[in-house]
Amino acid sequence: MRYAALGLLFAVPLAAADSCIECHSVLEGDLQAPVKAFANDIHARFGFSCTDCHGGNRNETDPEAAMSKARGFVGKIPRTAVPERCARCLSDTGFMEKYKPRQRVDQLAQYRTSMHGKRLAAGDTKVATCIDCHSVHDIREVKDPLSPVHPLRLPETCARCHADQAHMAGYKLPTDQFASYRKSVHWEALAKRGDLSAPSCASCHGNHGAQPPDVESVAAVCGNCHVMMEDLYKNSPHQPVFAAMGAAGCVVCHGNHEIRLPNAGMLAGPNAVCSQCHEATSAGGIAAAEMAHELNRLEKALARSDQILAKAQQSGMEVSEALLRQREGREDLVKAAVAVHAFQTTAVQKPVNEGLAIAAGTYQAGVAALKERSYRRLGLSVSLIAIAITMLGLRLAIRSIEGRSTGNSLRTWK
Amino acid sequence: MDEPRRNLVRWLLGGGLSASLISFLYPAFKFMNPPDVPEASVNEVSAGKVQDLKPNTGKIVKFGSLPVLLVRTTETEWRAFSAVCTHLNCTVQYKESSHQMWCACHNGLYNLNGQVVSGPPPHPLEAYSVHIRGDEVVISRRA
Amino acid sequence: MAAVTEPPQQAGWFEERLGLASLRAFLAHKTVPVHAQTLWYYFGGITLFLFVIQVLTGTLLLLYYRPSPAEAYESVQFIMTRVQFGWLIRSIHSWSANLMILTAFVHMFSVVFLRAFRRPRELTWLSGVVLLGLALAFGFSGYLLPWNTISYFATKVGTDMAAAVPLVGRNLARFLRGGSDVGGATLTRFFGFHVAVLPGITTILLLTHLALVQKHGMSSPPRVLEEHRRTGGAIPQMPFFPNFFLRELMAWYGALGVLGAMAAIFPWELGVKADPFAPAPAGIRPEWYFLAPFYTLKLIPSHVWIFEGELIGLLGFALLALWWVALPFWAVNSQGVERTRWVTGAGVALVGYLATFSALGYWR
Repeated sequence: MRYAALGLLFAVPLAAADSCIECHSVLEGDLQAPVKAFANDIHARFGFSCTDCHGGNRNETDPEAAMSKARGFVGKIPRTAVPERCARCLSDTGFMEKYKPRQRVDQLAQYRTSMHGKRLAAGDTKVATCIDCHSVHDIREVKDPLSPVHPLRLPETCARCHADQAHMAGYKLPTDQFASYRKSVHWEALAKRGDLSAPSCASCHGNHGAQPPDVESVAAVCGNCHVMMEDLYKNSPHQPVFAAMGAAGCVVCHGNHEIRLPNAGMLAGPNAVCSQCHEATSAGGIAAAEMAHELNRLEKALARSDQILAKAQQSGMEVSEALLRQREGREDLVKAAVAVHAFQTTAVQKPVNEGLAIAAGTYQAGVAALKERSYRRLGLSVSLIAIAITMLGLRLAIRSIEGRSTGNSLRTWK
Repeated sequence: MDEPRRNLVRWLLGGGLSASLISFLYPAFKFMNPPDVPEASVNEVSAGKVQDLKPNTGKIVKFGSLPVLLVRTTETEWRAFSAVCTHLNCTVQYKESSHQMWCACHNGLYNLNGQVVSGPPPHPLEAYSVHIRGDEVVISRRA
Repeated sequence: MAAVTEPPQQAGWFEERLGLASLRAFLAHKTVPVHAQTLWYYFGGITLFLFVIQVLTGTLLLLYYRPSPAEAYESVQFIMTRVQFGWLIRSIHSWSANLMILTAFVHMFSVVFLRAFRRPRELTWLSGVVLLGLALAFGFSGYLLPWNTISYFATKVGTDMAAAVPLVGRNLARFLRGGSDVGGATLTRFFGFHVAVLPGITTILLLTHLALVQKHGMSSPPRVLEEHRRTGGAIPQMPFFPNFFLRELMAWYGALGVLGAMAAIFPWELGVKADPFAPAPAGIRPEWYFLAPFYTLKLIPSHVWIFEGELIGLLGFALLALWWVALPFWAVNSQGVERTRWVTGAGVALVGYLATFSALGYWR
């Protein structure tokens, strides 16, 4: 153990004397590329070298001896052997403790349960192995923004295969997930707002154990983040029905990859998702229309307040407090949208009414601000009239003085 | 100069001067009259009486226009944080069972130092100071 | 005792104590020349009037303003929203400040073009230029007081310039900021400058300026003097009181009307509270009267030969200011002949520079 730690200390200077790197760095093309890439590799940083994966002896200067099959040298590791090759170290708890004590070591076990792993075991070499996602010779930590599995880059990495129609031809899978995902709120949060906690592929499908979530587990997957919605949904009348239908909870209304920002139009109107099952005249259809009405009511009231406050603000009135209150009103609108998942009109009405009270208050503030504006203008005109009268009086006074004193102090001046 | 004209001038000048002076002095006097809301800013708010909040409970206090979460962790220890979740501005609450602050919108968890334990929040919650004056709990902004 | 003193008389009592008769006599004799350029004589008076308005509204604002980073913005917001007519008082204070600087500039350039700085009025000119500098300092220090984002960063940029002064720059910037960076200490300091230091100096200098104006009387432009000398008549005069004074009063009332209208129709904005840790917002720009030097410094490359560009700029401004202050002294040559063309040329060039660079600074 102690010697291993010492070895780690001297690993970097030793790597410089590595015969693999020495020879391959003066070669060309494919034979040189791995050496160049390896400089940025996390393994290089911890002192590992080519031979740790490829076998052979890096202290031999003779190529024959260095790449001797007898010493376990494998030039191109077969795809089917890649997971086990990585797992030799990465699934060894004792070994990993020396480098990354907090890292999980069950990647291989998980991989074997995944679609990728199962197909690879069946001899399908087109599926992803470790190196397809993590890259080969410049493997970086997940938190490194240049890593292909960094949250911001993961969707594109999965899409390399999953959006490639030729590659996916044999597998009854669609190839539009990436395009759909890029239209979703999740992509927007991730890529545009840079919110690394927003879900990308692995957040729902898992990473090493990648497979589509079961119908029953969809609500649980979404509920990981959308806690309130899951709670409400679980106790709602929809849950047993969807379960019995074999329909996947959230996905029924929101879709899977292309999850857009929901609006009241999902409840009622020509694009309503409710109308796919509920007749407009049925109890469910009426409830959906009512909830849509409630949401629209609050939305409209807030917009009306926004409008009058903007008008007041444009004419220089100070309405920042009312604008802050408007934020609370918007929060109530969010709460009301969450409450829709109880699928009860009364649940939606509570936050809507709170929001409406706020909107009424802010509207009044806007009205008051505009009233204040007219009051100011009235005051201004009164004082301007007084000023004008005074100026007129002054003018006349000057004329009367100067009319009197002509030829006295003012000689040639009229 | 004839008498009626002089009178007119006198009236205009006198009337105009006094009217305009009133229109200048009226706002000035009104300005000096202190408004009903005496405090200009919210640097501290009263969060009620000490006995109103049991140990290991929390409550939302309005601090100006923003919510603050006041937590009484033990008999004698009080903490306060901005209750606006740093993820999407929802209001966080105190979770008695785990002694954490929790945002219900996306399951963000903060510890009692305001730091993110798990979930989506990108930043810690801003801390406020808590003082006890007599039996009154006072929350103030940290300078 | 009672037997000795005369019974107090209504008119005599104050007269005895204040000696108003001499003042009345002085006013009766004071005259203002009347000619085609008489209009420009009003601008000094309007500037004075606006300064008085600044003192009055500023005093009112002191009732509610609090000079600390935690409270400054909130207290101004309080004035604007909660205090009755607070919006009016603050807006008038801001508008009047800008108008005052504008009329001060007009006053100064009218003095240049009418050649009113001539012997024996050199000291009047000197005190006037320093007063203009003080007005700019009032503007710079007052700008920070609401503690909003724009004023915060404008102050940062402005005090940064002081740091480029050779040798003492670093200490000067530290002195202005009350520390190494703009913060609460700067606000306290600027507040002190704005309400105590600058008003004190300004009052003394203003009284000097006015006393000098009274001592030397109004200057007549050389061209008008020349004309009358040719025709043989004296320049007509108008009594200061009441003729000129009533006209000045009209101008003041006009200015008041403009101020009231600006305040009511365009109340001064409050902006967003300053956040020292936020990145500087795009398009920071100082008040309009600092735009010309601001834009000039932007144009100068960062290094000119072996010197820092900013240093060159500051040095240039310092020399320019010195040369401008010394105007009455180089306006006559050693034979005592006036360099009329030089002065007019310099005046036109300066007006042109200020106008174009302010416009460029504003639009770019």
